[in-house]
Amino acid sequence: MAKFEKANSVGEWLDQRLNTTALNKVMMTEYWIPKNINFLWAMGVLLATTFGILVISGLFLMMYYKPDVNLAFDSVNYTIMQEVAYGWLFRHMHGVAASVVFLIIYIHMFTGIYYGSYKQGREMIWISGMLLFMTFSAAGFSGYMLPWGQMSYWAAMVITNLFGGIPFIGPDLVVWIRGDFNVADATLTRFFMLHVFLLPITIMGIIGLHFYTLRIPHVNNQDSDEIDFDAEAEKYLAGNKKESKVIPFWPIFISKDLAVLGIFLLFYFYLVFFHYNFAMDPVNFDPADNMVTPPHIYPEWYFLWSYEVLRGFFFDIAGVKAFDIGLAAFGFANAIFLLLPWLDRDTRILPAHKRPAFFVWFWILMVDLLVLTVYGKLPPTGANAWVGFFAAVAFILLFVLLPIITKIDAKKRGE
Amino acid sequence: MKELKILAVVVLFTIATYIGVEPYAHSQMHPHVEEPDYTFKDVDGLNGLQGNAENGAILVQSNCTACHSIDKAGFPPVMDDASAAAAYGVVPPDLSTSGKLYNADYLAAFIKDPAAASKVGHKFVDGRVHPMPQYNWMQPQEIADMVAYLQSIAPDEMTNKEVFVDACQRCHAIKYGDMQGGSMAAKTPVENIKAYMGKIPPDLSQYIRSRGKNYLHEFINDPQKHLEGTAMPRVGLTEEAETQVIAYMEEVGDSKKAEREALGPKFLIYLVIFAIFAWLWKASKWRDVH
Repeated sequence: MAKFEKANSVGEWLDQRLNTTALNKVMMTEYWIPKNINFLWAMGVLLATTFGILVISGLFLMMYYKPDVNLAFDSVNYTIMQEVAYGWLFRHMHGVAASVVFLIIYIHMFTGIYYGSYKQGREMIWISGMLLFMTFSAAGFSGYMLPWGQMSYWAAMVITNLFGGIPFIGPDLVVWIRGDFNVADATLTRFFMLHVFLLPITIMGIIGLHFYTLRIPHVNNQDSDEIDFDAEAEKYLAGNKKESKVIPFWPIFISKDLAVLGIFLLFYFYLVFFHYNFAMDPVNFDPADNMVTPPHIYPEWYFLWSYEVLRGFFFDIAGVKAFDIGLAAFGFANAIFLLLPWLDRDTRILPAHKRPAFFVWFWILMVDLLVLTVYGKLPPTGANAWVGFFAAVAFILLFVLLPIITKIDAKKRGE
Repeated sequence: MKELKILAVVVLFTIATYIGVEPYAHSQMHPHVEEPDYTFKDVDGLNGLQGNAENGAILVQSNCTACHSIDKAGFPPVMDDASAAAAYGVVPPDLSTSGKLYNADYLAAFIKDPAAASKVGHKFVDGRVHPMPQYNWMQPQEIADMVAYLQSIAPDEMTNKEVFVDACQRCHAIKYGDMQGGSMAAKTPVENIKAYMGKIPPDLSQYIRSRGKNYLHEFINDPQKHLEGTAMPRVGLTEEAETQVIAYMEEVGDSKKAEREALGPKFLIYLVIFAIFAWLWKASKWRDVH
């Protein structure tokens, strides 16, 4: 065993045993981030904070929530919303954060795509990030079920039904997921387990992995410059802070994050207090009723684009059923982003504005996702159905064409 | 400045998405209907006749009290709610407050032809008749006298809850109004009201959140506008009574509204201060590296 001397302070005592000084350097004061960044680089800290808000508000909600079809609705809308001191505040914070977290995830994700931060060494950052997107989606869906309102029930019905389209095992899978032939008490209780235990703990693990994936390839920068982090760090430590291309995570990088966080929290709490309906659909304040189908069933806004890819294929093509084509397209839409690092055939890392063809591709993708999102909520009748169809086809084509488009850019530069 | 340009793009896409999925999508899903009409100008009402309350008293007491109680005038209910519901299909209203709750023209039209005035004629076909008979055999002046009488005995002021109880609770429960005591259940027993309306009228506890004020005003004023063919009658509430009904639904369904609206600005002020200090700290830290 190592020899321990008498410590003169709590810090020293901990340092002897846990090597906190070295840990602090590695994690904080000598964890190097490029200096050439803009506010989009603060989205990670915004997401970590929002996740923290979700966990804490969720813990308080769990103290009164009852995962039982006969009690769930009133435990949320009466006990928590009207009886428990500030229960409404925790519920609004939780509901609005669950929606806003996806806005930030999308900004974070498209920042990565725009600046090419997913390839040539950064693949694991991208993959772990997409895994977080998937687990957050599952958490969002399972959480939406818990108040047991009309939209909770019917969204659960529609989404669990989708698994029925999987060849061979589909119908059995649906029953296995629901724990019943119908969406019922067993379904609610198991989604409660997923929402409050399995998914959060998985998310926490993947967040750890996501942070770790940044260590070796390092964070990208605004011009996608290649930086010699060791040399730049040396400059910084020698006192040439102005010339060095890097900054330490603590306190320089985090100070900018907190400044952006301040603005974000203003926006977030404004929504919590004064503008929450977008995140807490009024339809869900009607108790679940399996005898009454709501006139319009739609998912939360962050699932609309993939939902529209699913229902965009509304007619049979060449003998294949519309439902099956839609389901295949839906599977494609949800998996294709994972493959992005390999679909991009450009040999260099550059921001989109330095890749002419990719730049056009990026903004078409943005507009297409916007169209899919808006039409994902509109009733799929008449012209709406056709807009949805063409937008869904465009989405698939964009990814099919991506390897060619990225090759064109490389060729133009003479590579 | 580059960062502001990036911010503008992010904000623009966020706003476009928001407008698309919220105001625009909802305008497509819920077509606009006409503003509520609190004068009920479509009904065959008083047509300008002035009533005589004294004469009306005799008419009401001889024509109405066989079924209706008028507690205020010394006519208590002759049977309990369950028996009344079994006899008539639905508990008949006490008339003590009718003169205040309902528009006078509507009330006159309702006495003449209940199903037509309440726009539920579609329910009473194939031999089914409205539990209240038509009084259109009476002289228009007699009807006006009865309305004048009902107005003369009605109270000047009623609480929001009293309005709700008299106007809605015969059919609708609002259980969050008294979760422990259960006193806000519908007065007509479930099996009777289900037979009478075709389905159990919804509990209104969360309708202020699920429907919102505007919809409730439009719907209560004329249910057929939003829900053609619904069994819910147009009840003819005055604008004041309807506002009180919705105020009660808000007191029950969104009981923390005042607390929320008071706390919000405090949170935001605190966050403005936090944001200012965060920017100052950021500026001081980045001065060294730029």
